[in-house]
Amino acid sequence: MAIAKFDTRRISQRTAFTFLGLATLITVIPVLFIIVYTIVQGGGAITWDFLSQFPSQAGRAGGILPAIIGTFYLMLGTLVFALPIGVLAGIYLTEYARDNWLTRLINLAIVNLAGVPSIVFGLFGLSVFVLAFNFGLSLLSASLTLAAQALAMVITTSREAILAVPREYREGSLAIGVTKWQTVRHIVLPQAFPGIITGAVLAISRAAGETAPILVVGAAFLLPGIPQSPFDQFMALPYHLYTVAAHVPNMPKETIWGVALVLLVVVLSFDVLAAAIRIKTRQRSQL
Amino acid sequence: MNINLDVQDISTRPAEKCVTKLKAENINLYYGTFQALRNVTLDIPSCSITAIIGPSGCGKSSMLRLFNRMNDLIPGARVEGNIELDGIPIYNSKIDVVELRKRVGMVFQKPNPFPMSVFENVAFGPKRHGIKNRGELEQIVEKSLRQAALWDEVKDKLGQSGLALSGGQQQRLCIARVLAVEPEVILMDEPCSALDPVATLKIEDLMRSLAADYTIIIVTHNMQQAARVSDTAAFMMMEPDRAGVLVEYGPTAQLFTNPKDKRTEDYITGRFG
Repeated sequence: MAIAKFDTRRISQRTAFTFLGLATLITVIPVLFIIVYTIVQGGGAITWDFLSQFPSQAGRAGGILPAIIGTFYLMLGTLVFALPIGVLAGIYLTEYARDNWLTRLINLAIVNLAGVPSIVFGLFGLSVFVLAFNFGLSLLSASLTLAAQALAMVITTSREAILAVPREYREGSLAIGVTKWQTVRHIVLPQAFPGIITGAVLAISRAAGETAPILVVGAAFLLPGIPQSPFDQFMALPYHLYTVAAHVPNMPKETIWGVALVLLVVVLSFDVLAAAIRIKTRQRSQL
Repeated sequence: MNINLDVQDISTRPAEKCVTKLKAENINLYYGTFQALRNVTLDIPSCSITAIIGPSGCGKSSMLRLFNRMNDLIPGARVEGNIELDGIPIYNSKIDVVELRKRVGMVFQKPNPFPMSVFENVAFGPKRHGIKNRGELEQIVEKSLRQAALWDEVKDKLGQSGLALSGGQQQRLCIARVLAVEPEVILMDEPCSALDPVATLKIEDLMRSLAADYTIIIVTHNMQQAARVSDTAAFMMMEPDRAGVLVEYGPTAQLFTNPKDKRTEDYITGRFG
């Protein structure tokens, strides 16, 4: 009898593990499929010319250099605006803000900010940065728009990283007459840095893949040159992909998948970079 | 049941050197609606070690944290009554809490060296207080580590992480870190509870050697420790509503051999707690 009971327990355990494993497998399959399929379909399009030339014949021939550069400029612009503001807001909310209704309202707003559809951010950017601030359809307007969208994630990950710094470190510092700001600056921030930078890199890699917001604030399909100032219009990989896939007739399929592959590599390489920074700084802090 | 003893009488040291360093009068401490301390009055003599003993949850640590206003960090904490350092009330809006904590340093239950080198751990306070000269910092670090009886063990690995030291060394590093800012009072919140007996004895020896120059207050669960290191002892207990009260306060020898209060006697003879 005791053995029989043991058996049913073992069977239910095995069933549970099988389903859990299956669920994990199902989440991984689409990701692997997308990566492999994109490489298979678009790998043939990747040549040095494709990466280093300007497009011709409405993108059917030539390369996508200006879209690659445009996307890098966008990521840089997003980082420049979102990182400092996001980190400072994260510090304020965790270290200084009192726990009252206003703080809770702000926290709620930040959580919900992440759920706002990206095209709505695009319209916000159009009416505020493009029109009200008169930055025009430009790299600057697009960077600010994407930064506004990325802020929620930067603030949230910064807060989490700051909260993860043990209370003992703060107390040890405050207990020898070190000010709160010095404690934040010299104890909390260095410890939270890997988490903050990981969140920021992930946020900008997500921004790099956005199509909808930049559509209305300055992305162009074909431009004769590379942007010379923040007030110029720009090309970007996701918008280029959208246009060549949806609006250009007789587009070689391989070229479309080639653009997709480059975009995927750019975004994923930043995710890898984030992981590398995290691992590296963790090793250093454990010395 | 608050017993105030004349500090001059209880000290074994020359009377002219010893004064009342810290004075707590009619302290009531609340965390929100919960009263953690009730009507505690206590004078802490300088250049000696005062132990606060009592069962878990009786408010010993809360009492200790009042002296450098660490309770300020707890949301909802509220203090009534008066605490003075050298006759100056410290719960006063004009008091600079940062300056107070420089004079009244604290060592915690769990050793908490910063995740940086041994050198940087000790130099952290002086640097933040504006000392930039490398030579001066080196002098402070060496002096503090020597005072904390750690210098000989770490002098060849000042660049190594403080977290790589043993538990007892980490706690002495934390003591050195406090000494480096030249405080007058050192608060120790169960400093040996995470340490083995050998490391504990080293810390106790260290405390005795520091007692000549610093006012030390130690919270401890360990009554043998209180008996071994302290000059004066305070016994605290919880009342039925869980508020902590001071039961008895006096010279350690007297409190342990001839307690005046029945509750103290019960506790130190192990009948409860």
